[in-house]
Amino acid sequence: MFGRLKHMFIKEFLQLLRDPRMRMITFAGPVIQMTVFAFALTTDVMNINTAVLDFDHTKSSREFVEYFTSSGYFEVTEYADSQSDIADILDYSRARLVINLPSGFEDDLLSGRTAKAQVLVDGTDSNTASIVFGYANRIVADYSRAKMVEFENASGSAGMVGAEGAPFEIVTRSWFNPNLESKYYFVPGLIAVMILVISMVMTSVAIVREKEIGTIEQVMVTPITRTEFILGKTVPFAIVGYIVMTLMLIVAMLVFGIRVNGSIVLLYLLTGIYLFGNLGLALLISVTARTQQQAVLTAFLVMMPCVLLSGFLFPVHNMPEIIQYAAFLNPMRWYLDILRGVIIKGVGAGDILCAIVAQTVLACSFVMLAVSRFRKTMA
Amino acid sequence: MKTESTDIAVSVSGLTRKFGNFVAVDNVSFDVRKGEIFGFIGPNGAGKSTTIRMLCGLLMPTSGEGRVAGYDISREQEKIKKQIGYMSQKFSLYADLTVEENINFYGGIYGLKASELKARGEWVIEMAGLTDHRRSLTGILSGGWKQRLALGCAILHEPPIIFLDEPTSGVDPISRRAFWDLIYEMSARGVTVFVTTHYMDEAEYCDRIALIYRGLVIALGTPQELKTERMSDEILDVRCENPHDAMDEIEELACVKDVALFGSGLHVVTPDASLAETEVASLLNEKGYGFDAIGRISPSLEDVFVSLIEEADSENDGGGTMREARDA
Repeated sequence: MFGRLKHMFIKEFLQLLRDPRMRMITFAGPVIQMTVFAFALTTDVMNINTAVLDFDHTKSSREFVEYFTSSGYFEVTEYADSQSDIADILDYSRARLVINLPSGFEDDLLSGRTAKAQVLVDGTDSNTASIVFGYANRIVADYSRAKMVEFENASGSAGMVGAEGAPFEIVTRSWFNPNLESKYYFVPGLIAVMILVISMVMTSVAIVREKEIGTIEQVMVTPITRTEFILGKTVPFAIVGYIVMTLMLIVAMLVFGIRVNGSIVLLYLLTGIYLFGNLGLALLISVTARTQQQAVLTAFLVMMPCVLLSGFLFPVHNMPEIIQYAAFLNPMRWYLDILRGVIIKGVGAGDILCAIVAQTVLACSFVMLAVSRFRKTMA
Repeated sequence: MKTESTDIAVSVSGLTRKFGNFVAVDNVSFDVRKGEIFGFIGPNGAGKSTTIRMLCGLLMPTSGEGRVAGYDISREQEKIKKQIGYMSQKFSLYADLTVEENINFYGGIYGLKASELKARGEWVIEMAGLTDHRRSLTGILSGGWKQRLALGCAILHEPPIIFLDEPTSGVDPISRRAFWDLIYEMSARGVTVFVTTHYMDEAEYCDRIALIYRGLVIALGTPQELKTERMSDEILDVRCENPHDAMDEIEELACVKDVALFGSGLHVVTPDASLAETEVASLLNEKGYGFDAIGRISPSLEDVFVSLIEEADSENDGGGTMREARDA
C-alpha cells in the first residue's frame, strides 16, 4: 500500500514540478497576487477630495475648514464660487465632500446663535459615503466642543463645559484591530482565496487529464486501489497548498506586519482540513467531468460562490437567512472564521470549535463522495 | 474438467457489451490456450478493443461470462489485474516523464521490490533499445521505441497473460517485425499472448485467430484451417493489362462472385475455378486485354476475411435489423 502510494506521489510531483513555468505559477503566482490585492483592496478611506464653498470669508470659516484638512482624511482640492459649481463638482466626481459655509457663519458663532454649515457627501458608493459622513460628524463635533470651551473660558466658568455640553462620553476602542485597518481583515481572507484557487484549479484537472490523454487506462489495469489512486492525486496537491500558504504567511508578516497570534500548529492542522475539503470538491469535479475544459469551468463556477459567500468581502451574518444556511456547506466560510480567529484574535481550538467540526465534516464528505464516484472501470 | 482449467488461460462464453442501443460485442465465445498467441482480427470498430477491455477488467460486460487466469471478469477484476499485462491501443505512458521514471512508476504500482524493479527496469530498457535514452522524456521517442517501452512497462511484473490492443498500429515495418520477435519470445517462455490487429500479415503470425466483425466472431481457427476449411470458394490470380478496367467486366460474369485488385493483378473469387478460368480468359481475349497468366492459387488470409465479411454482410442485409440497430 505505502509502496504504491509512494510511487504515485513521486510521479505526481515529477509531473507537477517538471516545467519551470508551472513552478512559477504554482508558487509565486498566489504570493504575488496576495501581496498586490492586500495593498489594493482596502476599505480605509483616505485623502478624500474636498471642495469648499465659503461665502463667509472669515477667520472662523477658514478655521472650520482647517479642522477638516488637519484631520488627515480630507484634502481641499477646489474652492467653489457659487451653488451651481457644487452641482458640477459632484456630477463630475471632482470631490466626494463639499463644505458649504453661508455668509454670517462667524457672526452667528460669536453672538451665541447656532451657526449653520452644510456638508454634502457623494452617496454613490454607499459604504464610502457613510465612512466619510462619520469622519465629518466627528470633526464637526470636535470643532463645536472646542468653540464651547473657548467661549466658556472667555466668560470665566472654565471646566464646566465637559459636564454641561456632554454629560458622558463614549470612548470606543476596537479590539484586535485598534486602527480599524482593513489589512487585518483582507490578508487572512486572501490567503484563504489563494489556497482555494490553487488547490481547486490544479486538482480539478488531475484525474480528467489522465482520462483525456488515455494514461488512466494503463494505470487502471494495475492492482492499484481506488483509495491509493485518489490519495495519490490529493496528497501532493495538499503539500503544494501548504507550501503556498507558508510563503503567504511569511509575506503577511514581512510586508504587512501581520503575525500569527494563535498557535501555528493549530493553524497548520486546520489548514490541512481546509485543503482536503477543497481537494475533495475538486476531485469530485475531476471524476465527473469528461474533459479538462469542463473541469476547469466547473471549478470556476464553484469557486465564485465559495469566495463571495464566505465572508471574505461581505459578512455572512448580513446575508439572507437561506444563504447563510447554504454557506454552511462552504469550506471557506469556516476557514475564514478559523484564520481570523487564529491569526488575528489568537484564539485556541475551543473558541472556534464549531468551525472546526463543520470543516472536518465537509472535508470528509467531499473526499468520500469523490472516492465513491471514482471507478476503476470505464463507462 | 481439471485439465481444461489448467490448459485454458482465457475463456469467454456469450460475452456481450451494449452501449445504449449499440451492440459493440455480440454473444462472443472462445477459449485461449495457455502459451498460445491468439489473434483477434477485425476491421476498426468491430469490437476488438471492447472485448479486450472487458477481459482486463476495465469494462463490465452487459451479459455473458468470461474467465481470465481462472478469475471471473465480472467479479474478480482485481485478482485478474495481478495476472495480466495490458497495452492499450493508444500510447498511454506518461509523455512528461522520462523512460526511467515511467518504468519506476509502473514497477512501483505493480508492487515490485526495489531489487526486482532495478533488474526488470534494466531488462526493459535493453529490450526496448533505450539504453542511450533512459533519461529522455517519453513524449519525444519515436513510435517503435514508445511501443516497446509500453510493452516493457506492461510486463514489468512478468504476468502469465498479456493483452495487446493493436500494438503495432502506426509503427514502421522494421519495428513491427522486431515487436513480433518479442511476442514470439514471450510465447516461447509460456506466456499467453492475446493480440488484436487489423494487419493481415500479423494474423498469419498467430497460433490461432478469431475474426470479429460488427461484434460477432465470424470465424475461429488456425490460419491454416481458415484458409483451407472456411473458404468454400476458390481464388483465381489474374495478371493482365489495365486490371482496373478489366475488373468491372470480369465482375459481370455469372460464375464470378467477387473481384479485387491485388498488387499488380486481380483476385477473382468463384465457386468453380475451372469454369471461371476459361470464361475469364475468353473475356480478356475478346475485349483485348493482354494477359500474362491466369491460375488457381490457395487463398490468403485476406481473401478469406474479405469473403467471410461479405458473406456476413449479405446475411445482415437480408435480415436488415442488426445493421439498423447498430447504426442507431
